[in-house]
Amino acid sequence: MTQTAPRTETIAPAPDHVVSVDQVGIEERVARLGSRSIKKSSKVQALKLILSQIDLTTLEGQDTPGKVRQLCHKAMSLHDTLPDIPHVAAVCVYPMMVAEAKKALGDSGIHIASVATAFPSGMATTQAKLDEIKLAVAEGADEIDMVISRGKFLQGEYQAVFDEIVLCKEACGDAHLKVILETGELGTLDRVRHASDLAMHAGADFIKTSTGKIQPAATLPVTLVMLQAIRDYYYETGRMVGMKPAGGISKAKLAIQYLVTLRETLGEAWMTPEWFRFGASSLANDVLMQLQKQQTGVYQSGDYFSKD
Amino acid sequence: MDKNIKTEERFAQPANVETASAPKTAKSKLRTSPASAPRLGVEKTYKLYINGKFPRTESGRYFAVTDAKGRIVANMCRASRKDFREAVVAARAAFSGWSSASAYLRGQILYRVAEMLEGRSEQFVGELTTMGLSKRAAAQEVTAAIDCIVYYAGWTDKYQQIFSSVNPVASSHFNFSILEPTGVVSTIAPQEKCLLGFVSEIAPIIAGGNTAVALASEENPLCAVSFAEVLHSSDVPPGVVNILSGFRDELTEQFASHMDVNAVIYNGEDMNAIKLVQEQAANNIKRVIIRKKPAAPDPYQIMDVQETKTTWHPIGG
Repeated sequence: MTQTAPRTETIAPAPDHVVSVDQVGIEERVARLGSRSIKKSSKVQALKLILSQIDLTTLEGQDTPGKVRQLCHKAMSLHDTLPDIPHVAAVCVYPMMVAEAKKALGDSGIHIASVATAFPSGMATTQAKLDEIKLAVAEGADEIDMVISRGKFLQGEYQAVFDEIVLCKEACGDAHLKVILETGELGTLDRVRHASDLAMHAGADFIKTSTGKIQPAATLPVTLVMLQAIRDYYYETGRMVGMKPAGGISKAKLAIQYLVTLRETLGEAWMTPEWFRFGASSLANDVLMQLQKQQTGVYQSGDYFSKD
Repeated sequence: MDKNIKTEERFAQPANVETASAPKTAKSKLRTSPASAPRLGVEKTYKLYINGKFPRTESGRYFAVTDAKGRIVANMCRASRKDFREAVVAARAAFSGWSSASAYLRGQILYRVAEMLEGRSEQFVGELTTMGLSKRAAAQEVTAAIDCIVYYAGWTDKYQQIFSSVNPVASSHFNFSILEPTGVVSTIAPQEKCLLGFVSEIAPIIAGGNTAVALASEENPLCAVSFAEVLHSSDVPPGVVNILSGFRDELTEQFASHMDVNAVIYNGEDMNAIKLVQEQAANNIKRVIIRKKPAAPDPYQIMDVQETKTTWHPIGG
């Protein structure tokens, strides 16, 4: 698959140009995919893939440089007694903490993702949002996770939301842009589909479900709708867009169901950290516990894994 | 008693469990319309008790339990290692709340369990007589079980004083030792005395602030599984006690090997099983307690699943 087409669009897709979603069909499809049983060597392979796709995240008001350093250390050495495990894809922090993370991660190859644009509410002026993105990029962020203005989206000001994403993408420069739709606030799958199309047409490199601050966060139905939007956009334009479900995925078993959904919707090409990420904090330890279980045959305890 | 159990792939048809409140002679009175058709008894489905809920085993497997006359009484869930895993997750989640509950509150909740068991004593007498006990022996066992719970309810706010100590040391330190609950305790309950034996296992574990995953007697699981209903209606928080029924052969290793279990209690005399428990428990240095005979009520039963924390506090200068 090749990357093509610098974006040329300037007009946001209107709701009546967007495919409407069959909610019952989506839920049935997700239920069927969720019932797949992945065992033995396939399971180990899936678990390792999940580890390599995790954006290890800390986005709390109580974050300190010390906490960020600890998280970075965890990202680099997940669990010493397990051989052949990959490191996570990225750590995800606030812009204030990017410099600290950059120092801690060095040349480990782990990306630094930073939320920006008045995360999580998105309630700030466009200029303030752009300044925040530029700050994060200047400090060394490789990826920017922005939030869309849900208020404007729900008011029907699609063009304003679209234009803001376009400006953010420009402000990112070389950094990748992930666009958080906050699907928990959008209400219907039709709006999720519309927001996905809008974000991709505006130049998003990734679309992401949630901030993790609103319930419900990532769900399988929402993820499937967004994956279908990515597929249709790829057929239309030839450009691949990545997907990041975030929030509420804390068990390995659930993460495997996301991988099954990904595999069946977008195929092998997306099954890499470059095109699919999990935004999570406690997922990594559960995956490590499952890998250890596969190795030893004994159910594991959180007492023997580093806190994150 | 081993031959009382037989594994069935399909559901076996259970006979009525005779209970004191619904003796067989009352059958004709229970007839409802249409007048000619005898009323079908509503049989109880014996299920597992995990996290305050009554799920069936995820494995879908069952085994039939037969009464003293060889008639099938019930199909019992044959729990799998995954059911055990779920139970440990529930017990772990319940631990912080239960261990930090005040001793007084734990005592009150245990009294409540005793009250509920007293109110349902006829049901338990019925189950015990179905399984071959005389009515008198059954009533005695139920009474002893109630008394056992009251006994440990009384100990909840007293064992700490008895077992804690201030220790003389040859330096300027105030040195004292106190007890803290061990954590998640798995217990393979005695085969005999299916109610009293089970209750005598559970009560000291939870009286001391631990949470429990227990395997009911394999030969006669009726009472232990019904005891879940008593716990369920007694303010015992979900996950504090989890009850499985199934085969010792299958589950003993799991009970002993799980890394998130902090102590394992084995009741029985099978030396191979005891060896297995000790070997598997070594993985995370679990506390191992082997009981060849069901334990009599005794505060040392609480002590068995407590850890001693000693503090050296500097004094003077």
